[in-house]
Amino acid sequence: MTDSDHYEASVREKRAETVAEFQDHRRSPLHRIQHALHVTPALVPLIVLLVSIIVFGLLLGSRFFSPFALTLILQQVQIVGIVAAAQSLVILTAGIDLSVGAIMVLSSVVMGQFTFRYGIPAPVAVACGLAVGTACGFLNGWLVSVMRLPPFIVTLGSWQIFLATNYLYSANETIRAQEIEAEAPILQFFGAKFEIGGAVFTVGVVFMIALIVLLGWVLRQTAWGRHVYAVGDDAEAAQLSGVNVKRTLVSVYMLSGLICAFAGWALIGRIGSVSPTSGYDANIESITAVVIGGISLFGGRGSIMGSLFGALIVGVFSLGLRLLGADAQWTYFFIGVLIIAAVAVDQWIRKVSA
Amino acid sequence: MSIEQKREPILKGRNLVKRYGKVVALDHCDFDLYPGEILAVIGDNGAGKSTLIKALSGAVTPDEGEVTLEGRQVHFHSPNDARHAGIETVYQQLAMSPALSIADNMFMGRELRKPGFRGKWLRQLDRLAMEQFARQKLNDLGLMTIQNINQAVETLSGGQRQGVAVARAAAFGSKVIILDEPTAALGVKESRRVLELILDVKSRGIPIILISHNMPHVFELADRIHVHRLGQRLCVIDPKNHSMSDAVAYMTGAKEPEDEFEAA
Repeated sequence: MTDSDHYEASVREKRAETVAEFQDHRRSPLHRIQHALHVTPALVPLIVLLVSIIVFGLLLGSRFFSPFALTLILQQVQIVGIVAAAQSLVILTAGIDLSVGAIMVLSSVVMGQFTFRYGIPAPVAVACGLAVGTACGFLNGWLVSVMRLPPFIVTLGSWQIFLATNYLYSANETIRAQEIEAEAPILQFFGAKFEIGGAVFTVGVVFMIALIVLLGWVLRQTAWGRHVYAVGDDAEAAQLSGVNVKRTLVSVYMLSGLICAFAGWALIGRIGSVSPTSGYDANIESITAVVIGGISLFGGRGSIMGSLFGALIVGVFSLGLRLLGADAQWTYFFIGVLIIAAVAVDQWIRKVSA
Repeated sequence: MSIEQKREPILKGRNLVKRYGKVVALDHCDFDLYPGEILAVIGDNGAGKSTLIKALSGAVTPDEGEVTLEGRQVHFHSPNDARHAGIETVYQQLAMSPALSIADNMFMGRELRKPGFRGKWLRQLDRLAMEQFARQKLNDLGLMTIQNINQAVETLSGGQRQGVAVARAAAFGSKVIILDEPTAALGVKESRRVLELILDVKSRGIPIILISHNMPHVFELADRIHVHRLGQRLCVIDPKNHSMSDAVAYMTGAKEPEDEFEAA
């Protein structure tokens, strides 16, 4: 009997051993942490968020650790949070959307100009703005999925195109807050405030949280959500498994555009006016939030909750450091450290398969 | 063998032609798969066997010729068409999403939705039913007693992944299962398990097309061997009457088959 015969026979007879195959026998604490992170990737940003709140709370006391200050952070991150939700969807498909900020501003300008230049009723103008955002997303999605261009290049180009369209169309005009307040208050709807025991919320904040919870549910509980992950993980494998990759990609970019348009609406509520020069840094901030939130830039991994936590971490650091009287550059310094740390953790989690 | 001839093939290809520019990948090729058998397809690299398989599984549309399934002519324009007709393919690259769970992967592209309002209007998935079905199918094949059906596929070994892929094909492939190089990337022990799995699937009465370079595996499993050469079916041999070196000789053109078309 040769060695391999013996080997094969032992495999045949000892079928019982296969029972153990699916059990996790690597039980060291580090492996358990790795496994937990693999299953719940939003855990790291959640822990970082809680720790940073506690640390700043200890350093600053009630100045920071009050309902007012904590909800102020929510108000400050609402725009980035909404845009980060859109960015998360695109990044989950292993893409990237550099045009999110431009779509947001263009949509808000369309809402404002349609109301004030053409005298269209404000709710209709808002609907038009949302449609423009969705159309911008469709253009990106079509170029990425049907023309098969790299998402980075497509959105680098469309970023410039949408931004230029925004300046050309608006003629660089700002619509003042007082005018909007008097004639079309619905444009500022997302800025409406309400107070619960010192905590101040705006409609925009509630919208951001509701949006993230809804998207989290959809990604987890629907076939479409599973397809988004599958496409980001391995588009070819998804195609062979029977997923309509093109339709999934186009729908993701369209939804991203629509969410950015909602962010544009929320932006009017936040700053009061409609300004073509606002929100220029939403691109980089949304990518930062997504990366710190533990969503893999290589697609298919991470949860959308993470990007909310990522946005909040940035908010906590900037408010906390400002209250400490530190130079604003320290915020960027720590954000930079967090980005690199987040990517390092992502690489480590991926090793679970090795 | 004469009995074989009287049976009607379940999947049949006639005069299949596929050209890529000036290259003729399939040159008036015939193909027959009979019910309940394992048919191995062997051929040198570039002989056109993957094109043949793709033509049968819908990944490629042949320029000429016809494919019939259970006597009815079929026209597949995508792998999904073939899948709806009951032909499941396990691709060499496995076609799985590593970060998703076993259950998610098994149902990718044909998810089950919850009954009633939540399924119809909220389009919510019926995870429980999908998990139960996946666990059932893996157990049916004596595959592994799954501890955690929600485990990500990337945490499985190569053999386990192949097992899940075969289980997926067996679960949904009602008529024909095509396996492309199922043991190519596996070690001895894992190959052995996958081979057993293939025999298990066969014992359920589903015919299997097996593409492989591994002659010992081919000769162990196959009922008939389709030798593909220069875009055509050169001959069909019975592994009981031929040696592996004969098969390799036919495949590479070192030896001419004598009277092998009888089996075709």
